[in-house]
Amino acid sequence: MAASGLVRTMPRRTDIHSILIIGSGPIVIGQACEFDYSGTQACRVLREEGYRVILANSNPATIMTDPDFADATYIEPLDVDILTAIIAKERPDAVLPTLGGQTGLNLAMELHHKGVLDRYEVELIGANALAIATAEDRGLFKQAMIEIGMGVLNSGVAHDLSEAQLVVAEVGLPCIIRPAYVLGGRGMGIASTPEEFVRMAAFGLDASPITEVLIEKSIKGWKEYELEVMRDTADNCVIICSIENLDAMGVHTGDSITVAPAQTLSDVEYQQMRDSAIAIMRRVGVETGGSNVQFAVHPDTGEQVVIEMNPRVSRSSALASKATGFPIAKIAAKLAVGYTLDEIPNDITKMTPASFEPSIDYVVTKIPRWAFEKLPGTSGVLGTQMQSVGEVMAIGRTFPESFQKAVRSLEQGRAGLNCDAGESLVDSIPTNELIALVEKPTPDRIFQVESLLRRGVAESVVCAASGYDLWFVDQMLAIVQERAELASLNAQDLTARQWRRAKRLGFSDAQLAYLWDTTEAIVRATRIALGVTATFKTVDTCAAEFDANTPYHYSTYEDTDEVRPSTNPTVIILGSGPNRIGQGIEFDYCCVHASFALRDAGFDTVMVNCNPETVSTDYDTSSRLYFEPLTHEDVLNVIDAEQRTGNLLGIIVSLGGQTPLKLASELPQELVLGTSPESIDLAEDRERWNSLCAQLDIPQPAGGTAVNLPQAMDITGRIGYPVLVRPSYVLGGRAMKIVYSNDELSAAMAELAADGALGREGGLSADRPVLVDRFLEEAIEVDVDALRDASGAFQIGGIMEHVEEAGVHSGDSACVLPPPTLSAQTLAVIEEYTAQIADALDVRGLINVQYAVRNGQVFVIEANPRASRTVPFVAKATGVPLAKVAARVMAGATLAELRVEGLLCDPVPGDHVSVKEAVLPASRFPDVDMVLGPEMRSTGEVMGIDRTVGLAFAKAQMAAGNTLPTSGMVFVSLADRDKLAGLTVAKRLVELGMGIVATNGTAAYLSDHGVPVDQVVAKIGEEGVNAVDLIASGAISLIINTPKGSGSRADGSAIRHAGVVHHVSVLTTMSAARVAVAGINDWSAHRLEVTSLQEHHAAGRETNPQMDLGI
Amino acid sequence: MTIRDGALVLADGEIFEGELIGADQEMATGEVVFNTVLSGYQEVITDPSYAGQIITFTYPHIGNYGANAIDFEGKKIHARGVIVRDLSRRHSNWRAQYSLDAMLTQHGLMGIAGIDTRRLTRHLRDAGALPGAFGSAPEAELRHAANNEPGTTGVDLVAQVSTDVAYTSGDPLHPTRIVAYDFGIKTTIVRHLAGIGHVTVVPASTTAAQIVAMAPSGVFLSNGPGDPEMVPYAINAIRDIVDAGVPTFGICLGHQLLSQALGGLTFKLPFGHHGGNHPVRHLATGRIEITSQNHNFCVDPESLAGLVDVTHINLNDNTNEGMRVCGKQAFSVQYHPEAGPGPHDSRYLFDMFTATMNGSVGTGAHHA
Ligand SMILES: Nc1ncnc2c1ncn2[C@@H]1O[C@H](COP(=O)(O)OP(=O)(O)O)[C@@H](O)[C@H]1O
Ligand SMILES: Nc1ncnc2c1ncn2[C@@H]1O[C@H](COP(=O)(O)OP(=O)(O)O)[C@@H](O)[C@H]1O
Ligand SMILES: [Mg+2]
Ligand SMILES: [Mg+2]
Repeated sequence: MAASGLVRTMPRRTDIHSILIIGSGPIVIGQACEFDYSGTQACRVLREEGYRVILANSNPATIMTDPDFADATYIEPLDVDILTAIIAKERPDAVLPTLGGQTGLNLAMELHHKGVLDRYEVELIGANALAIATAEDRGLFKQAMIEIGMGVLNSGVAHDLSEAQLVVAEVGLPCIIRPAYVLGGRGMGIASTPEEFVRMAAFGLDASPITEVLIEKSIKGWKEYELEVMRDTADNCVIICSIENLDAMGVHTGDSITVAPAQTLSDVEYQQMRDSAIAIMRRVGVETGGSNVQFAVHPDTGEQVVIEMNPRVSRSSALASKATGFPIAKIAAKLAVGYTLDEIPNDITKMTPASFEPSIDYVVTKIPRWAFEKLPGTSGVLGTQMQSVGEVMAIGRTFPESFQKAVRSLEQGRAGLNCDAGESLVDSIPTNELIALVEKPTPDRIFQVESLLRRGVAESVVCAASGYDLWFVDQMLAIVQERAELASLNAQDLTARQWRRAKRLGFSDAQLAYLWDTTEAIVRATRIALGVTATFKTVDTCAAEFDANTPYHYSTYEDTDEVRPSTNPTVIILGSGPNRIGQGIEFDYCCVHASFALRDAGFDTVMVNCNPETVSTDYDTSSRLYFEPLTHEDVLNVIDAEQRTGNLLGIIVSLGGQTPLKLASELPQELVLGTSPESIDLAEDRERWNSLCAQLDIPQPAGGTAVNLPQAMDITGRIGYPVLVRPSYVLGGRAMKIVYSNDELSAAMAELAADGALGREGGLSADRPVLVDRFLEEAIEVDVDALRDASGAFQIGGIMEHVEEAGVHSGDSACVLPPPTLSAQTLAVIEEYTAQIADALDVRGLINVQYAVRNGQVFVIEANPRASRTVPFVAKATGVPLAKVAARVMAGATLAELRVEGLLCDPVPGDHVSVKEAVLPASRFPDVDMVLGPEMRSTGEVMGIDRTVGLAFAKAQMAAGNTLPTSGMVFVSLADRDKLAGLTVAKRLVELGMGIVATNGTAAYLSDHGVPVDQVVAKIGEEGVNAVDLIASGAISLIINTPKGSGSRADGSAIRHAGVVHHVSVLTTMSAARVAVAGINDWSAHRLEVTSLQEHHAAGRETNPQMDLGI
Repeated sequence: MTIRDGALVLADGEIFEGELIGADQEMATGEVVFNTVLSGYQEVITDPSYAGQIITFTYPHIGNYGANAIDFEGKKIHARGVIVRDLSRRHSNWRAQYSLDAMLTQHGLMGIAGIDTRRLTRHLRDAGALPGAFGSAPEAELRHAANNEPGTTGVDLVAQVSTDVAYTSGDPLHPTRIVAYDFGIKTTIVRHLAGIGHVTVVPASTTAAQIVAMAPSGVFLSNGPGDPEMVPYAINAIRDIVDAGVPTFGICLGHQLLSQALGGLTFKLPFGHHGGNHPVRHLATGRIEITSQNHNFCVDPESLAGLVDVTHINLNDNTNEGMRVCGKQAFSVQYHPEAGPGPHDSRYLFDMFTATMNGSVGTGAHHA
C-alpha cells in the first residue's frame, strides 16, 4: 500500500512548556460541574503530554483542584489582578481559555485587553482573542454570519437605552434582548410591550460585562437544535453530536429537556445544519477544540437560522461527551497543543482514530433540575434565562425509555412520566385549565402533557399548547396507551413479551406497582420469574460497528447483555445524582476519589450515576460505568449484573450524599460497605439519636418530634421559643424555619403538612415527623469531619468554625479552618464528643458532626455518618485525602495500615488559614431576598487561603464575587440586638478611613457612642434620599444590613435587593461584618500574594497561623 | 393497527423475534447488512446499491420524519427488506408527504421491527454479512429460505438494477457532455452531474464503441450493487474507454470496476462499510473527509502497484478509498462524495471531474 492511514508527524508543540488553565470558579446556575469534568480531563491530558500545568480555580470542591492534577494549583479568586500575579510568578507559555466555561473565557479576554498576556508573552491557545470576540460579541457574530451567507434574524446592537430604542423601532416587538459575554442567558428576556422592553433592555445592558445587547426579532416557538463541532490545526472538522430541544425556542437550552441525537430532522436538513456549523467554526476562527453552535428551525418551512456559537467547551459538550462516549474536552486539550484529530486514537474502539463522527444506537434525554421550592418569590416559569441548578441524563434504546428513565433520575419523588402517586397533582386540574397551563413552560409541563393525553385530548391540541413537536408528543402517547393496556391487567397476567414491551417503554417497577396497587418487590419478583431482566448495552461511539472495550453501560430490555466478566474484587460506588442546592459537586469529588483510591489498591470500581456534568460519569474514572438512575430498582439491576459477571465485594453508599444513603436500607445489607445501615438509621432517626446522645451524655438543644400541631405545641410548651422546625430526612435545611411564637408555629406546621412542594418530597407522616428543637441564639457553629476504622482507630479530619452564627445553614455560612476563636478546651470537648459518637455509631469511614457552642458549652446539632459537603475543602486545607482514606477504610483497610502505606498523613498544621465561603444565586434571582437562614440556598462555594483570617476571608469574598472595598462609604443598618457589635465594627471602619452612612436608629446609636456618621438616610417611602437611591447612585461601596429578628423586613429586603442589583457587596450578619473588617484591615496592610496548594502543603509544617482577627 | 408477529432467521441459525411492518408478505430473503446512519433512512432504502440486501438500521428510531418523493435515490426499491428497532408510529417534518410505513407498503417492501438490532449488528460484525430470511412463515421455512439465499457473491445484480433505456438530465445546451454508466446510479449523483454538465445515463450493457461514438467530455462510472467480478462486460468497456483517453470518474462500484479494468483485484470486506461517518484521508492535501460509505467489496491497491496512485484511504481500517490512474485521465473513489445521505465534505470531487474534462488536470499526479 502506498501510504498508511495513521501517519504520525508528531506535531505536538515543543515551543511551549507550561500551560495555565483557568477554571470556572464556584458552581453557579449556568456553570456547574461540567467544567470540572472538562478541566480535569484537560489537566490530565496535558500533564501526560509532558507539559507543566498551572491551574487557577477558586472552587475547592472540584476534582481538578486536587493537588495531584496540576503542577501548581492556585485556589485563588478568579480575578484579573490575581491571575496577573499568578502569571507573573509562574510565567506560563500559554493559556488555554476554552475549558473553564464563560468565566475562564471572559478572564482570558480581560487578561488580553489589559495587555497582561502580551507583557508576559503568554499565548492564547485553542481560541485566540479575535475568535472569542467574534463569537461572544453578538454584533460581530451577526456580521460574520451575514458575511458567510448564514440565515440570521433581523436585529441590531445597542450599548445604551436610547440606542436600544432606535433598534427596537427597526426590529419590532416582540423581540429578544441578548446581552454579550453572558452565561446561561443572564439578563436575557423576550419583550412584548414597550414597557417590558425598557425594563429588559436596561437589565440586559447591566448583565453584559461590556454593556452590549443584541436586540433581535423573537422566534419563540421555532424548534431549537445544537451541534457540537470540533476542529484541529489542519482544519479538519467533525460534528460530535446533534441535540434537539423538546422545549421550543424561548426556553434556554440549559433549561430545556433535550434529546440526542436530533430526532425530527431529515438528512437533507441535518447536512445543511452540519455545513453551516462547520462554516461558522471556520469563519469565527476557533483554531482548535470544541464549540457549540445553536440553530433554530421553522417547523413549517424548515428555514434555518443561527442563534449563537459558544467558542469553548460547554455544558452541552459535556452532555455530548457522555451521550456519545467521545471525550470532547480531552480531545480539545490535545488539539490545542498541536495534535490533529487523526493522530489521536478513539479511546473506546482503540483501533480507529478520533477523526470521525460518532454514531449512536440509543437515545439520550437530558432533563434539568430546578430549585424553585427553595427560592420563594420566583415564578417557576422557564424562559430565556437559565434557572436550573443541575441536570440528569438517561440512556435508553428509545425515546420513551430514556425519557422515563430521566424523569425517575431526577429524584423528585417521581417514578416516571406520571403513573405514580405524584400524578394526582396534575390529574386534579380541569382539562381547560390544564391546556392553558401547558402553554407556560414550567418543570411540571411534561406531567401536564401526559395527563392531557391520558384524558384523550388530541395530540394536535397538546402540540399547539406546548409547542412540543408531534413526534415527541406521539412518543409520549405511546407511553399513555401502554399504560391503559397494562391497567386492565395485573402482574400475574403478563406474558414475558408484555413485560418486555412495558419495560421497553421505560416503565419502572414502582410505576407498575402503583398501577396494580401492589409492591415494587412483587412486581420485580414476578417479572424476574418470567426471565425479564434488564440487559446492559454499551456506549461505544460507533453503534457496534467496531469492537469496543470501554465498559460504559446503560440498561434496557433487549435480548443480550454486554457486561464482560471480571474476577477482580469489585466495589460499587453510588453517585449523588443531579446537582441540587445542598448536594452538589462535593459529593462527586468524594465518589471519584473513592474510585481512584480503590483502583489504585487493586479493586475494580463500578460507578452508578446519572449526572452528565460530572467527573464520576467519565468513562475512565472507574473500571466500569453504569449510567443509570439512582433508584432502588436500577441499583438492584446493577448489583445483579455485577454479581452475574464479577466478584462483587460490596457497595459504597456514604460518599454520594443523601441520595445513596437513602437507598442503603433497601439494598442487601451484607453488601453495604462502611458504616452499617443500622447505624445510619440510628443517626438519622431523631428519637433513636436523642437517646444515644443522652446515653453518651452529650448535650443537645432541647427538642422533640411531632406529627401534628398539638404535639408541636406540647414541645414548645416544654422548651420555650424560639424553636427550629424542620422535616426529617431532608438535606440542605429544606423547609427549615425559625419560629418565635405559637402563630408562627401553626403556620409552619400547616405548610409542612400541606400537599405542596414538600408533600411531593415526602410530606408529613408518622415515619416522617417534624423535628422541633430549641433554637440556640448567638451560638458559634462548628463542623467536624473525622475518620474512624473498624478497629476503632479515629482521626479528626478538620474542625471548622463558622463565621455566621448557628441558624445560618452550615452550607450557606463561611467557615474557617483552623478555628480562630475556639479555646483549646472547647476544641478538646469537640474532639472527645466526635470520637464518642463515631464509636457509638461504629463508623467505618467518614463522619461529620455539627455543633453549636454557646457561652463555652458545646451542643451537638447533628451527626451524619457519611461524607459531608466540607470533605474536599478540608482535604485541600490540610493535605489529607479524606475521601480516599475513607474509601479504603470501607473496603477493609485500617487507618494504621493506610498511614504506613503513605495514603493517610497528619493534617498540615500550616502557616495558612483557609476560609470557605458560600455562593448564592442572588444575581440570577434578584427578587429573592438572599438573607441567610437555616434553609440552604447556595449553589456553590469558594475557598480563600492566606496568612491571616482577614486575608483569607477577603480572598474568599473576592472569589465569591463580593470584593471587599478598602475605601469609600459603608452603609450600616442594624437590628437592635446587633447594635453593640456594630459599634466595634463601625469604629474600626472609620479608623480604616471609610465613611459611614446609616439609617436613623443605627445612626443615632453610633453617634451616641462616638462614631461619626457621615450621612443619615430616610426610611423608604419617606421624604429625602433613602438607602436604595443612594446605593443606586453608586455612592456606597459596602452594605452591612442585619435582618430585624422576626419583625417586618421590608426595608431590609429592599436594601439588600438594591445591593444585588447594583453589585455592592452585602453582609447580613454581624459575625461576617466583624471578619470582613479584619479582612479590609489586612488587605490594605499586606501585599497581595498568591500561593499554590503544593507550596502551602509543603511549607505547612514550619510556622503557625496568625489567629489574630485584628479587632 | 394489528400486530403481525414475525421472526428473522440468519443462515447461521440465529433467530430474532419482532413485528412485521410495511408490505404484507409471507417472507423476504436477502443478504443481511447494517447501516449506522442517524438520518437518511429513505435514501438508504431506495439506494439501488442495496439490491439483494436486507438493511438493518442501527439507529433505533426509524421513520421519524416520514418520507417524500424527493429523497428517492432510485426509481424503484431494490433492497429486499428493512430491519429496525422501532418504526415511528407517527412522523413529523415539513418535508414529509407520507409515512415510511406507507412508502414501504407502496413499494412492496416488507420490514421487521422490534428487533434487538444491536445484538444483530454485533453478530454481523463478527460473522460478516449473512444471508437471512424474515416474515410470518414458520421458523423452519425461514431457516430453509435463509440457507438457500445466494447472497450477493456470484450474482450479476447490476443487470437487475440498471436502466433499460438511456435518459438525460441537465441543460441540453451545456458544453460539457457526460455519459454516465448506470450500474445502479443514485439520483443524487445524477443531480450532481447535471450540475456540472449535460448527462446521458446509459444502461450498464452499453459498449465502449457506443460510448466513444457519443464523443463525451467525460464518462462517469456509477455506484451499484454486488460483486464487481459479475459484470465482465462493463469491465471490458471501461478498459477501452480509459485507454481511449476519455476522462473518467468512478464512484463505489465504479471504482471497483475501474480497478478490475486495469487488472486489479477486489476482495470482500468482513462486514463492509455501511455508514455516514467514516474518516477518509485525501493524501494530496492530508485533509480528512467524513464520508458516506456503502460497500462490501474493496480494491486491493497492491494488485495495481505502478498502475495507479492511491489518492484516498480509510482511516478506520486503512483500506483503499480512491485512486488516480497513472498516465490516464481517470480517477475514482470507493465512498460516496455525492452524499445523500451523508456529509458533504467530498463534493469537490465533482469539480475535479470538471477540471479533468476541461483538461486542466494533468495525469498521474496528486491534485487537491
Ligand atoms: N430570537 C430569538 N427568539 C426567541 N428565542 C430566542 C431567540 N434567541 C435566543 N432565544 C432563546 O434564548 C436562549 C438563550 O439564548 P443564547 O443566545 O443561546 O444564550 P446563552 O449564550 O446564554 O446560551 C436560547 O436557548 C433560545 O431558546
Ligand atoms: N438547635 C439549633 N439552634 C441553632 N441553630 C440550629 C439548631 N439546629 C440547627 N441549626 C442550624 O440549622 C442548620 C441546618 O441544620 P442541620 O441539622 O445541619 O440540617 P441539614 O441536615 O439540612 O444540614 C445548621 O447548620 C445550623 O446552623
Ligand atoms: Mg445558548
Ligand atoms: Mg452563550
